Amino acid sequence: MAGDTRETDDREQLPADEAALTARFGRLADRLSRSRQDPAPERGQAARPSSDPTAIARGFRLSSELVAGVLVGAAIGWALDHWLGISPWGMIIFLLLGFVAGVLNVMRAAGVLPSRASGPTGPKE
Amino acid sequence: MDPIHQFEIKTLFPIARIGATELAFTNSALFMLIALTVILLLTLAATRSRALVPGRLQTVAEMSYEFVAGTLRSTAGSEGMKFFPLVFSLFMFILVLNVIGIIPYTFTVTSHLIITVSLALLVFLTVLVYGFWTHGLHFLKLFVPSGIPIYILPLVTFIEVLSFLSRPVSHSVRLFANMLAGHITLKVFGGFVTMLGALGVVGWLGAILPLALTIALTALELLVAFLQAYVFAILTCIYLNDAIHPGH
Repeated sequence: MAGDTRETDDREQLPADEAALTARFGRLADRLSRSRQDPAPERGQAARPSSDPTAIARGFRLSSELVAGVLVGAAIGWALDHWLGISPWGMIIFLLLGFVAGVLNVMRAAGVLPSRASGPTGPKE
Repeated sequence: MDPIHQFEIKTLFPIARIGATELAFTNSALFMLIALTVILLLTLAATRSRALVPGRLQTVAEMSYEFVAGTLRSTAGSEGMKFFPLVFSLFMFILVLNVIGIIPYTFTVTSHLIITVSLALLVFLTVLVYGFWTHGLHFLKLFVPSGIPIYILPLVTFIEVLSFLSRPVSHSVRLFANMLAGHITLKVFGGFVTMLGALGVVGWLGAILPLALTIALTALELLVAFLQAYVFAILTCIYLNDAIHPGH
């Protein structure tokens, strides 16, 4: 019994510091969990500091997405021409379609269009 | 003097022969091994002490982990974390290869299209296999956007398929072209310095400009080396996100 009361006394003696520390821990854990669990806003264009590598990375992406689309269209068109002997129609049509696909790629990469899947929280929405 | 010479593949010693194909240990393979060793040593040394307050090496390892994990979580959600080993391996491999390539007299493995295409195809096939494995034919919904009038749906679907097929192309060509172009530019400007330097005192004065440019370009190449690894990793995350959550 005596031991019990002494313990409570001890606890009473350093209340201010302990309470403040626990509160700070609580707030820290709260902030940590929030920054961990809340990745959604990072997908948009907003709220990114300019020193973030994402902006330059996006620049690198944009430069090659269009070219890739056109190249794939041209390759398919050329292959169809070669195999089916419908030159030049395969090349004409697929080059144009590839161009469209490239523009689509660029618009997706730039965030003008929503990307295919609706993001990390997609199915839960 | 030849700016392309640095990309030459040299056979160091032959390993085996299968049919008409000779398998050899090349300088490319050597530098891949070096990169693997660097990554292994870095991670092993960094995790040896396991201190609560990390030392320098441990900070590097923890930062790279947090960086890749954060990128993966923010693009593919927490379900994407099952692909963390893949994305982390790709990021570290490409990053170390790129950075090693900047050191003079080394070989830049990522400046070869065959390497980047293999890595991009690895991601592409992972997306395809995982998408069909978990979602079955629902994965094909990825190509059929919702809310499109039926009469242009075939055309739009076709364009979506083309756009999907262009992914490994842009994924691989971007890394390859950036590394190739950067290293050629560095070599050309470095060549200017030696050529002008051979002209005597006037040449030395003239060589200051390309020398300064070479230094600046080296710094830029360091940035590009990191950014290209980052772009490769983040695009991997985005593509994996499509495999995990194909459209509605």
